[in-house]
Amino acid sequence: MKQHKKVLALWLMAILLLLAGALLTGSPGRSESVQEAMRDAVLHNVNQISLLGLKAVNPGLISAFTVTGILLLLAVCLRVFVIPRFQYTPGRLQLLLEEWVGLFDGMAKGSSPHRCGFLGLYIFSAGSYIFVGTLFELLGLQAITLHGHNVTLPAPLSDVNAAIALGCLSYLVILSGGIAGNGVKGIGKTLKEFSLPISMSFRLFGALLSGLLVTELVYYFVSLSFVLPVVVGVLFTLLHALIQTYVLTMLTAMYYGEVSERPHKPEDGQKTNN
Amino acid sequence: MPLNIDWQQILLHWMNLAILTGGLYFLLYSPVKKFMEKREEHYRQMDEEAQEKLRQAEQIKADYQSKLDGAEEEIHQARIKAQQDVQQSVQDQLAQAQAQADQIIAKAQDEAEDCRERIRRESQRELREMASKAARKLAYRRGADPFDQFLDLAEGGGADEER
Repeated sequence: MKQHKKVLALWLMAILLLLAGALLTGSPGRSESVQEAMRDAVLHNVNQISLLGLKAVNPGLISAFTVTGILLLLAVCLRVFVIPRFQYTPGRLQLLLEEWVGLFDGMAKGSSPHRCGFLGLYIFSAGSYIFVGTLFELLGLQAITLHGHNVTLPAPLSDVNAAIALGCLSYLVILSGGIAGNGVKGIGKTLKEFSLPISMSFRLFGALLSGLLVTELVYYFVSLSFVLPVVVGVLFTLLHALIQTYVLTMLTAMYYGEVSERPHKPEDGQKTNN
Repeated sequence: MPLNIDWQQILLHWMNLAILTGGLYFLLYSPVKKFMEKREEHYRQMDEEAQEKLRQAEQIKADYQSKLDGAEEEIHQARIKAQQDVQQSVQDQLAQAQAQADQIIAKAQDEAEDCRERIRRESQRELREMASKAARKLAYRRGADPFDQFLDLAEGGGADEER
């Protein structure tokens, strides 16, 4: 019992010391106002980063490449070390991987049972990208801007270009499903949903950007930087990572199934009966 | 462009997504899915084998049931056949015994006939011997030799005739 009390006292003392240190040290000084920070978070026209010296790009693009790198590295490790050891009675990691693949594959089969091969792969890839990309902002990786400032790499989809790219790509995938399933009629069916690329793009952008703005706002003021980030930074990020993943993959699968489904022809017997 | 939309960056994002999709397909999606399909096929095959074995077991059970149903009739038939065999065997043994008895009787009759014949011959021989003895006794009772008496009779037959 005494041991527990000692540990508790040490823990509280450490928290108080860190709090005092943070308050006494003070901020190095703000390089931009809150309005500028939030405007830049939306437009990315100030804090741009050089892409291998070729072009100045938004930090979101660097985040996107980093997320892809992380995902591919993880995939290589899993392919080399885990998948060859798969067994018919799965362990925990195997179960997680099978659930990961099976979730999107099942979603594709459920929404588009007649044509689901490519759709399963696409929503698996897009879902993984959105989920990992959204959680990526929790890492707080730093990059140096063209002006020499440090910026935290944001979630890739909080960049409007990434959101438009993913929204339009999803629409193109749906269009390809329509063409593969119904030919010219499929194009017509898909074009009827002309608002889809805009709605999907800006839904993603809005959701991710709102998270980013709230986080920026919270971290802008030191007094809000205690306890509150645990909720807004971690729990909200996890929550909307799951929600956005589910929403985009579900919408893509649903529309893909709808436009690629062939019209039901009445059978001969039914024709004569009618 | 409004909102800082940059088509070049959008194309770079597409390239990034293409790399990610291809990489994930070859490294993760395809191998895991193939394994899952392989396992599904394995268990489906096991299920089919189990169904086939179950069907065979049901068939064997039905066969044995029909055999059990036919066994009652077989037992009845076997019992009748056994009874017939026993009766036939008894009949054969009785016939054999009767034949043996007839043989024994015939042999006994032959032996009795032989014995009777032998006794009859013995009796006749003894009777002949007794008659001979009796004749001899009668002849020797007059005190002379029968041969001499014969000779006397042969020589003095006339004197006697005269007397």
